[in-house]
Order: sequence, then C-alpha cells, then structure tokens
Amino acid sequence: MSARERSAEQRTARLRVNPIACEAHGLCAELLPEIIRLDDWGYPIIETDEVPPELLGLARRAADACPTLALILDEDRQR
Amino acid sequence: MSPPLLPRLLLGLDGQADAIDLRRHLDIHGPLPRLRPEALIDEVERSGLRGRGGADFPAALKLRAVASRRRVSAVVVNGSETEPASLKDHLLLARLPHLVLDGALLAAEAVGAEEVIVKVDESAREAIAALEDAIRERRERELSISLAIGPDGYVTGEESAVIRFLNGRVPKPQFVPPRPFERGYRNRPTLIQNPETLAQIALVARHGEAWYRELGTVADPGSVLVTISGAVAHPGVYELAFGTPMTDLVQAAGGPVEPLRALLFGGYFGTWIGAARAMGLTLAREELNASGCSLGAGVIFALGQSACGLHESARIIGYLAEQSAGQCGPCVHGLAAIAESVAALADGVAHEQERSRVLRWCSEVRGRGACHHPNGAVRFVESALKVFGEDLEDHRRVRCQALPAGLPLGPQTGALIR
Repeated sequence: MSARERSAEQRTARLRVNPIACEAHGLCAELLPEIIRLDDWGYPIIETDEVPPELLGLARRAADACPTLALILDEDRQR
Repeated sequence: MSPPLLPRLLLGLDGQADAIDLRRHLDIHGPLPRLRPEALIDEVERSGLRGRGGADFPAALKLRAVASRRRVSAVVVNGSETEPASLKDHLLLARLPHLVLDGALLAAEAVGAEEVIVKVDESAREAIAALEDAIRERRERELSISLAIGPDGYVTGEESAVIRFLNGRVPKPQFVPPRPFERGYRNRPTLIQNPETLAQIALVARHGEAWYRELGTVADPGSVLVTISGAVAHPGVYELAFGTPMTDLVQAAGGPVEPLRALLFGGYFGTWIGAARAMGLTLAREELNASGCSLGAGVIFALGQSACGLHESARIIGYLAEQSAGQCGPCVHGLAAIAESVAALADGVAHEQERSRVLRWCSEVRGRGACHHPNGAVRFVESALKVFGEDLEDHRRVRCQALPAGLPLGPQTGALIR
C-alpha cells in the first residue's frame, strides 16, 4: 500500500451541525442524502457518526455549501 | 454524647427566617482554614464530592481542570436555580450565604482566580438581599466578590448561558466546546460551580474528607439537599445522607397526604417513576440510574392519586417548550409540537397514531440542540407516556376528573420553607 493510500485509510471524519447557526436551508440534505436527512421541520439529522471515505469529498462540498456555515466537517488524521 | 451527623449544611438554621450573619456563621462552623491549592483539591478529591447542579460531575476534576490553566478569570457561583420545583440553592444563598462564599473563596484560591462572582436571578429577592449583606460583611482584601443579577428563565441557569450573560450578552446557552473551564468569563478559564457544591467544599476544608465520608455510602459519600414537594405533608428542603431510602425521605417530609401515583425525580428535566417502584429506591446514584432516573439537582415531586399525571405532564412540557431559548430549530419546533400533542393526548382528543408520533419526535429531537434542554424535555415526556400510558385510553373514553396537583411553573419567590 502506498503512503497516500495508507494515510487516506487512517483519516476519520465526522459531520456535525451547529444548531444555533442552522437555519434549515436544507442544502446539506440535498448534497449528501446518504448521510443527512431532514426532520419534520426541515432541520438536518446526521445519520452516521463517521463519514465513510468514499463520501468525504461530498461531505466537504456540503459543509462548504451551507449558507450559514452551520455544517462542520471535523477531519482528524490518526497518527 | 457525640454530635449528630446531620444537619451539616443546614446546621444552625433552627427554623429561623433570617440569614445567618458572619459572626454567627463563624460561631457555628469555626474559622475558614487556609489551605494550599493542591491540599484543598486533594481533600476534595478524596472526599468523592460530586457537583450538585445536576450534572453530578466530580468536583475535584473540575477544580483541577481550571487550576491547571493560567490566567483564570473568576469563580462563578451559579445561583440561578431556575428549576421551579427546586429550592435548595435559594435556601443556601438566602439563609446561609457565608458557607457558600467560604467555598467560593477556597475554590478561587485553589484555581488562582482573580475574583468571585455570584450570579442570581432577579426574582430571588431574599437571596439578593442576603448576599448583598454578606458581601458587605466580608470586605475581602485579596479577592473581590460581586453580585450579578440576571433575568429569569428556565435556560438562563445553564453554565454556558451564565457565562454568556456575564460576558455582557444574552443569557442563552452557547454551542460548546469550548467549555467555561477552557474559555469562559472574559474568554478566560472560569470555574463555575453550584452553591451547594461550594458549601460542601467549605465543610470538607474544615473537617476533612474522612468526616465527609462518615455519611452516605462508599459509592455516594456525604449528604445532599433534596427539595421534595407535591402530595407530602411538609414540602421543603431536607438534608439527607446519600443511600437514604425514599420511604425515609417521604416520612421526613411528613409522609404522603394521599396514596401516591408516581414520583418525578430530577425536576421538570427529569423522569417519572411509578410510586410502588419509586418507594423501593434509595438515594443512590447507581440504583437510580439503573431505574432510568437521577436526582438531578436533588428535586423530587410526589404526585397523588387524585391528580392526573397526563395533565400535569402536559403543563410541564408546555412550560419547557415555552422556555426554549429559541436558538435551535429542533428544540423550538420539536418541543412545541410535542407539547401540543401531549396536551391533545391528555385531553383525550388525539388521533390514533399520536402517541407513536410523539415518541418518534422525542427520539429525533434528542441531542440536536446546543444545550441539554431538549434532551431533558424529551426524557420527561417519554417517562410520562410510559408511567401514565394506561391513562391514555381512559382519557379517550371519559373526561378526566382529576384535581390540579399544584406544580409550580416559574420562579417560586417567598416560598422558602425549612
């Protein structure tokens, strides 16, 4: 396994919402329906604790797209 | 004859209505010892003292977390007792302010804080008057003690809300991290503690951790203040040893005035337990947790059989929904919808699927606010539907004839009972 492949495997990422900043625009659920769904009032529910590696790119896009920057992607690299 | 083990915190009250002044305080408890910071924190750690504000966090851990940081700004005494069914902090601040201030000063020295701030709510007039007098009496030279008075509201007593208010902004919870011990008052490390916790620290400093452990159990050492209200002959604040059976507590409060239906543990934020099961419990953390409840900030409400658990629960969740800080969608909308549904269920006019819809909302709302307000509210609702579940069918068929149970909604001024 190459060094890059190895480090990609070790990367963990979590999505969370700052509930005070969130205004239920709903872009996140549109961009990442695999992980995010909306409750009865339009606010996001993050379905999984950790973002699977294959969805990481989409997760970054969703966090960037949030109009109020309420969606936060925490990426840690384990050493 | 050896002195009684209880009271400890409430020693010297003797049914008096006035605050205990500095001279009497020193007569009762002796002088305030000066301990090196490490010595105090070690003693508190060995005592096993846990926070009395509801989170039940080990006091020494909190002290260490702040003491290990530089430029600690303040020790904040969180006197905002916003749980309507709780009176113990009011009692301490209004009648025994010097014991609380002792603890605050000891803690300030242990963590290297520059000042002590006592935060209270504007409706706590007795406490405000007593604290103003007590602060004037002490005239500390090294550390300043000041009083901060904020508006009433259920969520204003939440730690991050207190800090936000002291920093000159709205008394509403903030999204954490960072927590106050990292960045709090003036954006610097802050120790924020419940008044009862600080009062216990003042006693541990004087008498030692072995003395503290003479009461209670190995797992839950010491004494605790419990506010018990509802269908008991003498509602009020009682000091008891951990491990005391519920039956003893209810007896201490004069016994039930009618057969009991259920008990609410932990306040409006808490959990209903059916009377038969509740009366078999003791005031022990693990046992209560195993039964799905906790003491919270030492609050117990007894519901008599003449009252209606569903209607009282509908009133409480209505209050909790209304008291939302209004910052987070799931809390604002979720609790409002849940409250409306519970009211409909209590009135017997809900549709067939209402109960399961409420439970779905509860599980969806949980954990999705910036603070624990929605979590406590949904836990409360889930317990109500469980304990009073059999009433749901009855309420659909027959109009409820129960009497109001007198659960207070909002601050209880002038209600101090000893």
